[in-house]
Amino acid sequence: MAAVTSLGETPLAGAAARRPQGMQRRRRRRLNAFRYVVFTLFGLFVAAPLLAMLRFSLEGTKLGTWSLTAWKQIVSYPGLAGAVALTLELAVITSIVMVVLLLPTMIWIKLRVQWMSRAFEFLCLLPLTIPAIALVVGLAPVYNRIQHYSLSALQLFWVYVVLALPYAYRALSSGLDAIDATTLAEAARSLGASWFTVMFRVIAPNMWQAILNALLLTGALVLGEFTIAYLLLYNTLQPALYSISRNTPNAGVVFSTSMASLLFAFALLTILSYAGRQRRRG
Amino acid sequence: MTVAASTGAGARPVRAGRLPRLPAWLGTLPFLGYVGVFLLWPTGILVVDAFKNPSGSWNFGSLSTLYSPAVRGYFIGSFKLCVLSAVAGAVFGALVAYAVASGKPDGVVRRLSVAASGVLAQFGGVTLAFAFQALIGPAGLLFHAGWYYNFPWGITLIYTYFQIPLMVLVFLPAIDGLKVQWREASESLGSSTWQFWRHIGGPLLAPAFFGSLLLLFANALSAFATIQAWENQIAYTVPQQIGTALSSEVGLANVNAADVLAFGMIVMVAIVMTGYALLQRRAARWLR
Amino acid sequence: MRSPYRFTLMGVAALALAAAGCSSGSSSTSSGGVNWATVTSASSAGGMSKLVAAAKKEGTLNVIALPPTWANYGTIIKTFTTKYGIKVDSALPDGTSQQEVDTIKQKNGTAAAPDVVDVGVSVALANTSLFAPYKVSTWSAIPAAQKAPDARWYNDYGGYMAVGYSSKFGTITSLNQLLGPKFKNAVALNGNPTAANAALNGVMMANLAVGGTAASISKGVSFFHDLKAKGNFSPVSATGATIKSGSTPVVFNWDYLNLPSYVGVSNWKVFIPSNAVLGGYYAQAVNKNAPHPAAARLWEEFLYSQAATGGQNLWLQGGARPVEQVAMTGNGTIDKAAAAKLPPVAGTPLFLTQGQNTSAANYLAANWAKAVG
Repeated sequence: MAAVTSLGETPLAGAAARRPQGMQRRRRRRLNAFRYVVFTLFGLFVAAPLLAMLRFSLEGTKLGTWSLTAWKQIVSYPGLAGAVALTLELAVITSIVMVVLLLPTMIWIKLRVQWMSRAFEFLCLLPLTIPAIALVVGLAPVYNRIQHYSLSALQLFWVYVVLALPYAYRALSSGLDAIDATTLAEAARSLGASWFTVMFRVIAPNMWQAILNALLLTGALVLGEFTIAYLLLYNTLQPALYSISRNTPNAGVVFSTSMASLLFAFALLTILSYAGRQRRRG
Repeated sequence: MTVAASTGAGARPVRAGRLPRLPAWLGTLPFLGYVGVFLLWPTGILVVDAFKNPSGSWNFGSLSTLYSPAVRGYFIGSFKLCVLSAVAGAVFGALVAYAVASGKPDGVVRRLSVAASGVLAQFGGVTLAFAFQALIGPAGLLFHAGWYYNFPWGITLIYTYFQIPLMVLVFLPAIDGLKVQWREASESLGSSTWQFWRHIGGPLLAPAFFGSLLLLFANALSAFATIQAWENQIAYTVPQQIGTALSSEVGLANVNAADVLAFGMIVMVAIVMTGYALLQRRAARWLR
Repeated sequence: MRSPYRFTLMGVAALALAAAGCSSGSSSTSSGGVNWATVTSASSAGGMSKLVAAAKKEGTLNVIALPPTWANYGTIIKTFTTKYGIKVDSALPDGTSQQEVDTIKQKNGTAAAPDVVDVGVSVALANTSLFAPYKVSTWSAIPAAQKAPDARWYNDYGGYMAVGYSSKFGTITSLNQLLGPKFKNAVALNGNPTAANAALNGVMMANLAVGGTAASISKGVSFFHDLKAKGNFSPVSATGATIKSGSTPVVFNWDYLNLPSYVGVSNWKVFIPSNAVLGGYYAQAVNKNAPHPAAARLWEEFLYSQAATGGQNLWLQGGARPVEQVAMTGNGTIDKAAAAKLPPVAGTPLFLTQGQNTSAANYLAANWAKAVG
């Protein structure tokens, strides 16, 4: 996708250079104007509800005043702190299990079992076709079996991995496609590497950014998941916020917690997109 | 030695202590097992139970409830909402994606936009509904939109909020695939911007665009949390009715009815996603 | 230099984390010879003191779907904990009755299963197989019509469906006033009538007030259809937050949920139509496989105790009518001040039968969305 731009440039470049510069500049100016307008409008549209949420999170007990109570309540509100901790743990577990499950399988399929890649892609994208609200209906019996062996709401990670499959798959496959995995693998094998070494010491390190992306997309999904937790009667972050909003007159803590989780996810994604960049060689 | 072994000439590996050669596809078993248990099995359960009565006996006519006026209403409601939010999200999202793609590939703007889209595409549910209620609800900061609680307009606006970022994420690779040289070539032959898009850019991007639109449709169809938090006195859409069928305390809780609705929903989404897959394949031919 | 085993370690760590989440809970304990799960009354197992001792030994009680501001449950839970030192684990405060029994089924056999439930009568009737028979000491004070003969469930508290409204509307004396222009976007229910008991009874109350009968809820649905046509029906489900912010100044809800103190709005008034006194009681039941059977039974004893700080009076202080109200008024144990604060009720109360409930629900399932959508 990093297009091979050297081809064909020479004969055209001369023609382009002779072209009146005005045309390029005009197009560039129009394009820039377009970009400014689009980004401004989009930025406003995105920011407006967030700002409203921020304002409500700083609302005092009387409408119109300012107060930091809602933010302080994130840790002190009964039931909320537990739900937050639970959801964060779930996010970590789900992300790790996702990558541990998906990455070796993807590399393995790409290198050794290519005929399965179509079917594999289908399976990974299948959760988009079987949405959470439909899946949860058939999920209760499966979960009842699991619950006989455990109690913890952390067991939700089993189904969260499935929910996040399409997103993680997309992230990892774009990373895998960007490197020439087959050549790397053949080179490593010809130097005597085992398959394990090929996968985890050669291919995976070249995909660091994609792996981090997959981890974070999965984490973001878990932080925002409501349907399955709510209908399977668990008390993670989103059902807790829903419950608080229905039972409490001053629901400022709903807004402050949502803002906090949004900022958290956004900060992580931004930082890691920069960190990943530095690691890439050449 | 190892090269010969890896090319599968039939000779056993020279290295001692290694496992005997098993078929390579066995390496995918953990994944297949996992998906089998947590995706395929629940789906199987719900498909089978859709044809059963609460008492457990078979009821092959249960799908006929999908034709009843009430259920038809839910599907029509879902359809309206999904079409509106998918089209709005696709059109505006494509514009934003183009604006992002035409900047520096490694620049701050692109980086931030992609990160923001990644987060916002997941930002739905309870918190988004409240954010919009804070903005244009009855006690809204900006103004009180009288249509905020009208179906489908208010909820379409909310859905568009996460549809646009999703469109950006899904459509950006396609725009990236539009090679610079094509634009330059058409320019050098004297075409205007409009002509370029009409004859080259448009047709090339069309499969990816419509594919992404279908993906947005499926995404809106599945959404439950957002509309549940938006209002919960009337069930307009299929997901809301599934929620009611699972948790109603007035005697209308009926898991089998929920199964039937879920089954209908899966069929609808499957059709849409097949269209998406076909269009993606077409798009990939030109834009890989 | 990367260790080749780093990823193996990562995998093991992930598995360890997953395993940590799989910590199994403690199984239920039975105390000193008595299997409290089969006890049908305190006296048959050695009296209240034995029950209290056994419950204290269990140490925890699992309750479900008890919002703290609903009928004073917050205070009830606190009083119970202070009195007996038993920790109360309150799950899913926002749950519906159906979700309560679903949780019993889902968590059956685990230490997180609900010990006791407080459900609507129709849900109780449909799920008696999940409950254990238990007669509280004040069993005889519960009217015969309000308990199951086999003691698997029994009414606990109830109220009448009322219209709560902000006094800025003046005084409401008839439901037809709600169709007037000053009630734009103002009238709300508490949930979806096809899903929530309170909402269904709200529609039924309107039905009775405009001339309908308990057998057919169609007039009630038409009334809300008219409300919607005039733009007066607020699709916002009434919650504490919406009432406080003024989004839903008129609310159909149980009278104990329409108290000014509960609602947090000082100028809140309550209206019960004289021709539509629709009563609804909830029901207590003990989980047959409760993980803490002694604590569960002690909880029931507490809730039905007629003491000044017992459950019945605490419910009364929450604006709900305790099921033993008649008996307690007779023997003087009732909290007279709290009883005086209850909204006045003129007219004969009506309670829906199971059949009427079902036909109303079915009618709503087919027509509600169409009528107000």
